[in-house]
Amino acid sequence: MIGNSSLRIAGREFTSRLILGTGKFASGELMAATLAASGAELVTVALRRADLTGQHDPFANILTFVDPKRYLLLPNTSGARTAEEACRLARLGREATGSSWLKLEIHPDPRYLLPDPVETLKAAEMLVKEGFTVLPYINADPVLAKRLEDAGCATVMPLGSPIGSARGIETRASIEIIIEQATVPVVVDAGLGAPSHAAEAMEMGADAVLVNTAIAVAADPVRMAQAFQAAVAAGRAAYEVGLAPRHHEAVATSPLTGFLDQLP
Amino acid sequence: MSTFVSELDRLNLAGLAQQAENATAADVERALAARRRSLIDFLALISPVAGQPRYLEAMARQAHELTIRYFGRVVRLFAPLYLSNECINICRYCGFSRDNPILRVTLTLDQAAKEADYLWNEGFRHILLVAGEHPHFVSGNYLRDCIARLHPRWPSISLEVGPMETAEYVPLVQAGAEGLVVYQETYDRSVYDEMHVSGPKKDFNWRLETPERAYAAGFKRLGIGALLGLSPWRQEAIAVAAHAGYLLRTCWKSQLTVSIPRLRPAVGEFEPLVRVPDAAMVQFVCALRIVFPQVGIVLSTRESSQLRDGLIPLGITLMSAGSHTEPGGYTGQGKEKLHRTKGGRLLPVIESEGEHATVQFEIADQRSPAAVAARLEAMGYEPVWKDWEAALNEG
Repeated sequence: MIGNSSLRIAGREFTSRLILGTGKFASGELMAATLAASGAELVTVALRRADLTGQHDPFANILTFVDPKRYLLLPNTSGARTAEEACRLARLGREATGSSWLKLEIHPDPRYLLPDPVETLKAAEMLVKEGFTVLPYINADPVLAKRLEDAGCATVMPLGSPIGSARGIETRASIEIIIEQATVPVVVDAGLGAPSHAAEAMEMGADAVLVNTAIAVAADPVRMAQAFQAAVAAGRAAYEVGLAPRHHEAVATSPLTGFLDQLP
Repeated sequence: MSTFVSELDRLNLAGLAQQAENATAADVERALAARRRSLIDFLALISPVAGQPRYLEAMARQAHELTIRYFGRVVRLFAPLYLSNECINICRYCGFSRDNPILRVTLTLDQAAKEADYLWNEGFRHILLVAGEHPHFVSGNYLRDCIARLHPRWPSISLEVGPMETAEYVPLVQAGAEGLVVYQETYDRSVYDEMHVSGPKKDFNWRLETPERAYAAGFKRLGIGALLGLSPWRQEAIAVAAHAGYLLRTCWKSQLTVSIPRLRPAVGEFEPLVRVPDAAMVQFVCALRIVFPQVGIVLSTRESSQLRDGLIPLGITLMSAGSHTEPGGYTGQGKEKLHRTKGGRLLPVIESEGEHATVQFEIADQRSPAAVAARLEAMGYEPVWKDWEAALNEG
């Protein structure tokens, strides 16, 4: 991974800074192959797709495609519209999967799937108290990010643009503030449609990115996952090295004040 | 309080349909290129010009791309479970119409549970409870008890039953129902009046406002649609699109689905009043998908397997499979209580008449759920049986 530093979330270390979602794939087998090719170590699964009864329902077997020895499972609460629904789902999910890590997402609007800040903060406060490692999906709101940090969340996960929109980082200015102020890892989640978007997030100083649609619906998800993996590593390396500052005008390579050195 | 009734009354459906008829190639191209689409773009996309092969193919490609982007390579499967074919409405096109002398029955809770068990074993985790409209046989309490019996084993329970008041819906939501489906049948008031001869269904506005009452009661999924074959399809399409647009703005927390069933043969021998060709179905689905990329589109077994397979990539996100449209159709439940009525009066049942209640309509795609799932897989889609969790429906 070109010598990048590792990522630490809630005391746990990850080599990969690419987190993968498991929705929208054409089959469980293809999803599993894609996860393997991506190098991801943290994988999110919608609890509503999984069997939470412990009866190994063959018609709700999405979890069987995510090898628990290989990946840390990050169940998500997609479908929840309120804090109460999210908490209920989270508790059921912890019982069924054994994972107390949770991607907290609460979107009452099923059209754009934009997260509800009020309900998300409420749920995060409750779930942290109950011992969950909470990674909340939020709009790129710096104050909300700080409030969630104060509540004890393990990361904040601001969106680049709406889920599945592939529009890249439209919330750049706010994400920059979130990164500047954060004391927990910042994961840019949603809207990353191309490896270049992921690289851009990493160059900005995001600690990780979460990608699903762009990989799952690609003509070849396995290769697209590899492309994202390379872009994330490249972007992170550039960030760690430090990008040259941007200028609007050309900068002379011969400095205009060099003559000062020649003066007696 | 303002509802969709006032919005529909402001729409000049016939005028808009004429505008769709007159749309030019430039209108279609503008609609195809637009970043955000309005009802005006929808008119262009359902126009005769847009139905020409070169535009229809362009629409299909765009509809396919949008469907994949928003929903992924997945199709959710569900099955209808008919609880009762008792009905107090007289509707000219429906097999359950009160004046049809058919074999009727209402399943007991145990019988409904057995039918549901059968569907569970087939793989279904999303179920649609369907019943005729009958305040005695299909009461609110009966529906509540049926839902409570199936919940919480079933992750998702939806209803397609006679419209109710908001306060009557609340206990059904509390019992665990997630979705409510109600088709307006036709949005043309005069045709509606002619088709619905008597019964509570005759009240056009009451039916039209049903999704809003259901939303107020807490249903998370709302299904709307028109029964194609009663009024010119372009006019119905415009009304469906306007209704969808209205509900997306006003019932913003609900997941909206649209269905466009075509009339099928049924008891009563009703002949469709207008023809809706297969190509129109394709154009309608594509236009819906392009203008409403995030709305679910439902396709039932009313259509043939060939047409269903063809429509899947164009925007279908929910499909039924292996459906029966009579109570007890899956396992023969309730056959000992079958009775024949016409106009509410009992008629003698002749021994040789068969052992099943009468179907609402004949289905066209006869494939089993497993066969439909296998076909989806072969087409590069994951058949999704479970995509909801009962815990989300409590409280």
